[in-house]
Amino acid sequence: MHPAFSVIFFTTASGAGYGLLALMGLLGAAQALPADRWLGLLGLGLALGLIGGGLMSSSAHLGRPERARFAFSQWRSSWLSREAVAAVATFVPAGLFALGWVGLGRTDGAMAAFGVLSAAGAGLTVAATAMIYASLKPIPHWHNVFTLPGYLLFGLMTGALWLSALAHPFNAAGWAVRLLPVVLVAAAWGLKAACWRHLDSRPERLTANRALGLPEGRVRVIDWPHSQANYVLKEMGYQVARQHARTLRLATHALAFALPLALSLLVLAGAAGGGAALLAALAGTLGMGLERWLFFAEARHAATLYYGAERV
Amino acid sequence: MTTLPPPTPRRLGLVIDLDTCVGCQGCVTNCKEWNTGGHMGPLTDLDPYGPKVDGVWFNRVHSFEINPGAEGDPETARTVHFPRSCLHCAQPDCVTVCPTGASYKRAEDGIVLIDQERCIGCKLCSWACPYGAREYDPDAGTMKKCTLCVDRIYNETLPEAERQPACVLTCPSRARHFGDLGDPDSAVSRLVAERGGQALLAELGYGPVNVYLPPRRKGPPPDGPRELTPAGPADDPLAWLDRPVPR
Ligand code: SF4
Ligand code: SF4
Ligand code: SF4
Repeated sequence: MHPAFSVIFFTTASGAGYGLLALMGLLGAAQALPADRWLGLLGLGLALGLIGGGLMSSSAHLGRPERARFAFSQWRSSWLSREAVAAVATFVPAGLFALGWVGLGRTDGAMAAFGVLSAAGAGLTVAATAMIYASLKPIPHWHNVFTLPGYLLFGLMTGALWLSALAHPFNAAGWAVRLLPVVLVAAAWGLKAACWRHLDSRPERLTANRALGLPEGRVRVIDWPHSQANYVLKEMGYQVARQHARTLRLATHALAFALPLALSLLVLAGAAGGGAALLAALAGTLGMGLERWLFFAEARHAATLYYGAERV
Repeated sequence: MTTLPPPTPRRLGLVIDLDTCVGCQGCVTNCKEWNTGGHMGPLTDLDPYGPKVDGVWFNRVHSFEINPGAEGDPETARTVHFPRSCLHCAQPDCVTVCPTGASYKRAEDGIVLIDQERCIGCKLCSWACPYGAREYDPDAGTMKKCTLCVDRIYNETLPEAERQPACVLTCPSRARHFGDLGDPDSAVSRLVAERGGQALLAELGYGPVNVYLPPRRKGPPPDGPRELTPAGPADDPLAWLDRPVPR
């Protein structure tokens, strides 16, 4: 699938934003974070900024953005519509929670409830985003059990890395804030490794014979219907070279997981401070961008079977 | 509404004969010709005379060879032309993923259409179609696809014999057939039963209504290869004319 920058940016940025929002909502409500107004402003500002920026970038790729309001109507059947509804609904408790934290300096009582609701909304929105991809049967790379936990875990992971980076200057990095990145990065790494192993060894594939309704015979393309790339090829025919993909997977292992895990362990042990936490957050976010690029670039669509792919 | 109607009793669609399709692209051309002024038109062409020609088509014909080369089986080796358009699936995810309600499946005949006034051009439906049947029109900012010529098949201003999809009418080798695949006694359903019609990628569960008839097995001629004999009777007074012509 064509790795469109707007969609990669949207899913990475909003994933980190929702992860940060959910953790601040829960830890704030549990009084595990000080209700420091500047911490609230910086943290929730970053979270809502990432979410808003991501949403804007995703609506930029619509053909008719002026009709976007229609997208809230089909939540009965469409995960994209559910995502839109959940995203907008989450702004309500998140806005009130931010108002309480930054305006009143409080995260208890009713504000705690808004915190928990923001976390729930964030979780539902990211789950809906994941299901958009996980439900696409023509793309076996996405239509599997790894996509939903992946989006949830990767969002929480980048959120936890940013929370730790932001909490340090406010002396708010208690043990929970320092432990979370370690646990979440390790879990996310394990999941991504398992996912790649699964994708490389899938026994069942869609084949060109099945796509063409030819029960027997080896099939080879001799002519395409068009001399230049058409919409289907541009959107779904993208193919990353295997060697290139391998290099990028290695870079993802290092940037998204290994480096943030090592730095977070140092921070947890007290051997490093805010600088290391910030570096871990930057590396983790960049690494997630790479992961998302590969998520698209490595995915093969069934329609490519008509253009020479033997199996997807 | 992008929730699907209950299974439709009428399932209008096409039966495409891969044995007789000659890859002439006639259906492609007539589809474009009719539909660019039709229900979902225009079928925009971008840079039509330039180097980067690109445009919206509802029907595309691919060419494949089966069992080619020295190691191939001479009995089955052949060329297959493969026309590809929307299969008006019974369980089309292209409809259910649509966030706006622009994509819909008609309860009365199962035709899958896109409301051009409602589509926001999010392109998700094209990802959900395993057959690559939907094409985005960057000029209109909306998604487009085969309409099964809904504006021909019910069109009372056309003579009755012409109330057929444009691609079906134009096919010079009669490789395309239109009818109700929900009716087991219809001509198309009988053809499917007779020729072992294939549902494409049935394992994905879309229940495509269009069916493809696989090429017939060719086998060797029953009494071996034959010597060619000159045309015409041997006592033809002009037979001497044929003699100097090398065969
Ligand atoms: S062929 Fe594709 S566009 Fe047509 S109904 Fe089936 S899934 Fe939808
Ligand atoms: S591109 Fe249009 S028809 Fe397709 S899913 Fe989006 S809104 Fe629906
Ligand atoms: S049925 Fe009509 S719209 Fe569909 S491929 Fe044939 S000519 Fe084109």
